[in-house]
Amino acid sequence: MLEVSGLRVSYGQSEVIHGVDLSVKRNETVAVMGRNGMGKTTLFKTLIGILKGGAGSVKLDGQELVGLPSHARVAAGLAYVPQGRMIFPTLTVMENIQAGLETARTKAVPDEIFSLFPVLHEMRHRKGGNLSGGQQQQLAIARALVSDPKVLLLDEPTEGIQPSIIKEIAQTLNEIRRLREITILVSEQVLSFTLDIADRLLVLESGRLVHEVSRAECDADKISRYLSV
Amino acid sequence: MGDFTTEELLAIFAMQGFAGLSLFSVLLLMALGLAIIYGQMRVINMAHGEFMVIGAYTTYFISTLVVSQAPWFLDYYVFIAVPAAFLMAFIVGWIVEAVLIRHLYHRPLDTLLATWGLALIMQQAFRSIFGAREVSVRLPSWLQGSYQPTLMIDIPINGIAIMVLTLFVTAGVAWMMYRSRWGLRVRCTVSNREMSGAVGINTRSVDRLTFAVGCGIAGIAGAAFTTISSTGPTSGALYIVDTFLVVVFGGAGSLLGTMASAFSIAQGQSILEFFISGSMAKVLTLLVVIGILMLRPEGLFASKVRR
Repeated sequence: MLEVSGLRVSYGQSEVIHGVDLSVKRNETVAVMGRNGMGKTTLFKTLIGILKGGAGSVKLDGQELVGLPSHARVAAGLAYVPQGRMIFPTLTVMENIQAGLETARTKAVPDEIFSLFPVLHEMRHRKGGNLSGGQQQQLAIARALVSDPKVLLLDEPTEGIQPSIIKEIAQTLNEIRRLREITILVSEQVLSFTLDIADRLLVLESGRLVHEVSRAECDADKISRYLSV
Repeated sequence: MGDFTTEELLAIFAMQGFAGLSLFSVLLLMALGLAIIYGQMRVINMAHGEFMVIGAYTTYFISTLVVSQAPWFLDYYVFIAVPAAFLMAFIVGWIVEAVLIRHLYHRPLDTLLATWGLALIMQQAFRSIFGAREVSVRLPSWLQGSYQPTLMIDIPINGIAIMVLTLFVTAGVAWMMYRSRWGLRVRCTVSNREMSGAVGINTRSVDRLTFAVGCGIAGIAGAAFTTISSTGPTSGALYIVDTFLVVVFGGAGSLLGTMASAFSIAQGQSILEFFISGSMAKVLTLLVVIGILMLRPEGLFASKVRR
């Protein structure tokens, strides 16, 4: 489904991602774990095309994405939920969701979205910027989902969100996987959340993937050691 | 003001107020285009006045053509001239964006210089094509004359026509901004350009369309402008400063703010002009605007949300 090979990313002269290879199968959820500053966000921004100039190859269903602008990658089937949500604060909740419909065939928001996120229906006329962090996170996920993506990229969805809402988000993500065929690549630092949703865990350290394990064989202590400072 | 009777004062206020409304209409149309372009791509278009003049000359061209070729059409040509003015300015704006502006998006200060240069080029082009003398259009007979509600008050018909036109254009722009897909794309890009791309919006093509639409609206302002004043190669330069003032005062990106600020600046100037000289009126308006901007740096109506 999503095949990344030999991906290198630099900011100016300094290389941050040193040749990452990863592949995610259809319907699989893969988590990229790692401490702050290890390159998770850089990796995700490169995959969606916000950061340009990565060397290597990113293929989605065989289609090469490197060199394409972000909107073309979305059209190809990627969807992106960035770190810090980045919803459009001056637009209403409804308009935020509609913005995600750009590449969809229909321009009407599917009912499914509001049954997944009932709170968004309640708040649909409010401005996005006036929602709480957890609600904004749900909005960002909803905005990404309406484009009916093949691959959903989630960059630190639990950052700055209270524990009870984190549980809720994990449940929603599993509900989404049950409802439709979707591949999820998620970056995380919270192990409990990751174990709730991921089939496979990767550890990114200083721009290299250093560890890979399936959830069944996962040794929580070992992963924790990678995540602790 | 002691020399005027109450009745005279009322008439003065009514007429100057109405003249202010005509000025408000032209300023609003100009400012709408400028604000949309600035909000979308942070380009300060110094050549915006010249796009207005394109609209004005288009109207002039059509009116002379009608006078010489089809005089029977004189009463109706304005209905062709306004869309034509929009279209001409739109097309030129489209080309300018593709050839010049899009190469300068990462260098906002350079766009200032480049569009100023463009303004000079366009002014010289007008001079070469239409001559240095100011030209006027033949107004249809139904736009001439005035409406007299009392003996002392004269309200010119063309002023009323401009207001109606402005009303329609403003409503159209508001509808496009808040109800159309294009408007949604524009508001997303204004809010967060990178993220707009990442939800699938082709921001480059939105830029081009937005620039062209902004220029087209200036073209409509030009068509309106020909009915109250004569057009010369440098007419645009006269309006650009006031237009900038309106945009900054209103708070860039706020449609309501742009309207309120165009209204207050136009009314302030027009009414003050009667009692003190024109340049003193300008000075006073400017001082008030600066004062208010010191208290509210984001302009009159900045959108209130957490960022």
